[in-house]
Amino acid sequence: MVENVIVADGLTRIFNKTLVAVDHVSFSVREGEIFGFLGPNGAGKTTTINMLITVLKPTEGSASILGYDIVKQANNVRKVIGVVPQEYTADEDLTGYENIMLCADLYGIPREVARKRALELLELVELANFKDRKVETYSGGMRRRLELACGLVNRPRVLFLDEPTLGLDVQTRAATWDYIKRLKEEYEMTIFMTTHYLEEADALCNRIAIIDHGKIIVTGSPEELKNALGGDIITISIKEDADVSEVIRNVEHVKEVVKMENGSYRIKAELGEVTTPLIIEALRSRGYTVTRLSLTEPTLNDVYLEYTGKTMRDTEGSREEFHAQRIMLRRARAR
Amino acid sequence: MSGNNEDYGPSLLRGLWALTVRELKKWLNDPIMLLMFVLQPLIWMGLLGKSMNLGAMFSSENLVNIPIPDKIPVPGDYVTPKVEGYVYISGSWIHQSLQRMFSDIGESVMKNVFGVSDYFSYMAIGMISMIVMTTTMFSGMSIVWDRRLGFLDKVLSTPVPRGAIIFSKVLNAALRAMLQATVILLLAVLFGLRLSPTFNMMNILGIYSAIFLISIGLSSIFLAFSLRSTRLERPMQIVSLITMPLMFASNTFFPISMMPNWLQSVAYVNPLSYLTDALRQLTILPLDASRILVDFIYLGVFASIFSLIGIVLSWRYLTR
Repeated sequence: MVENVIVADGLTRIFNKTLVAVDHVSFSVREGEIFGFLGPNGAGKTTTINMLITVLKPTEGSASILGYDIVKQANNVRKVIGVVPQEYTADEDLTGYENIMLCADLYGIPREVARKRALELLELVELANFKDRKVETYSGGMRRRLELACGLVNRPRVLFLDEPTLGLDVQTRAATWDYIKRLKEEYEMTIFMTTHYLEEADALCNRIAIIDHGKIIVTGSPEELKNALGGDIITISIKEDADVSEVIRNVEHVKEVVKMENGSYRIKAELGEVTTPLIIEALRSRGYTVTRLSLTEPTLNDVYLEYTGKTMRDTEGSREEFHAQRIMLRRARAR
Repeated sequence: MSGNNEDYGPSLLRGLWALTVRELKKWLNDPIMLLMFVLQPLIWMGLLGKSMNLGAMFSSENLVNIPIPDKIPVPGDYVTPKVEGYVYISGSWIHQSLQRMFSDIGESVMKNVFGVSDYFSYMAIGMISMIVMTTTMFSGMSIVWDRRLGFLDKVLSTPVPRGAIIFSKVLNAALRAMLQATVILLLAVLFGLRLSPTFNMMNILGIYSAIFLISIGLSSIFLAFSLRSTRLERPMQIVSLITMPLMFASNTFFPISMMPNWLQSVAYVNPLSYLTDALRQLTILPLDASRILVDFIYLGVFASIFSLIGIVLSWRYLTR
């Protein structure tokens, strides 16, 4: 059995000789895990997926899935993977059932087997009651589920999810996560997914790689990445004007103190629950009054901030910007 | 590992059929599309075919307003036997004779120019060519949507042979064109098209093969072009730009022999001329074996060259 299901080595894609969408990306995905590519729009996530699913050829570098080279053995790769694209690709003029059967035909699955699987999958994603309705009548969440079902019709060993909850509301998103987890249990797959939602990466992924400007910045499990930040973050304000950075720094477990512009202190410390009382004690014994205090465990947003120097929200940009970027990429891909 | 299907082999035919059926379903499931599909030729035939009644132009009724004097003097030298002075002929008699002479001229003029005595039959077959041309050009364009909606990428990530993706579009275009041609021909017969007495099953087969040939040529080239354009507007504009010239620089609505020389030379390379000629010979004209052979050879060459270019270009795009 292959340990590493996906191995990418220096994967690069350049559009139009100048636009470097993916820049020497290397990573490996272990059997049975959910591996996530986390990054803002335009970071190169979809281009990476398109190379792995054999739709685009890498300009440089190589990758393999279950030992099959994505360029030289593309057809073997295609047989063992399932793909759920970020767009709604189901044909609106066909019914949900017809759409799954169409996918099955593309994989050459015998009709009898396909029929059984289609019904089973529709049951799993709770669309059995809507199977004979045209997809144009489906809601966004239903379409997502149908896409999931289509991507699973060939019982893939590796499933690719490109932004699986893009454009869904918070509730539907959470429900979709449940479906993904359930389907993974049911079919024992390895999942490679991309997302620009931090919560999604946190909720689903065993390991993530943060990607920005086509490069992987850091890889690890969400826990590891958060822990690597050096523990919890304590924010404290005092009534007095004095600079107490030194006082706080001398408290046990404190690793870093930064005086912020608004006068508060941002403290990085291990074992935040234990350290906080110690800090308060130290300040009080020197006659300072603590007016405000917060203790937070680091989130992926902090991780993101740490490695890219910006918050995820800053990078999302305006809608127009996002569309402009997308159109540019599309044009580039089209050539 | 719960059931995996690496042993199931996707085949070209299976994939081709699945993708073609998808296209046809999209089209046949839509009542409005189907209505338009019958309405369009109906309107064209009704308006163009029946209003442009060229035969009537040469009928004797159009002589009524020609001024003929009551008495026409003829110099005695012109009559046999010769007489002195003038002979007078009654104008109404001249008028009657003219009407008698011209009562058949319309038919002969029409036959000499169009090969058939009624323009409606001539035009109705031209209609088939025109609709076949536009349908095949437009149907390749659906791939622009497939690409924009991500369907194409999804299909490309499955093991379906790449050829099936291309051929399904081409086949779909050809099937549509054949179906439309059938509908137009039936409607035309209903409206008074006179089929030649030798019309039989072989002719129908011939009609379908001629349409098939031109469809695969035209649709493959448009498919390749549509694949490369990110917006639907571009191929649409190209189609509307070239359909009119292709139509009028051919025998679709008017015979080539009546055209000025420069236009004739365009019409003679225009594949539409050969399609229309083949269709007319198979339906309304007496069949000329050597002429129809030339038509089919030309269509065959056109189909092979254009579909080869189209398929190679599409293939290169799909495996970029």
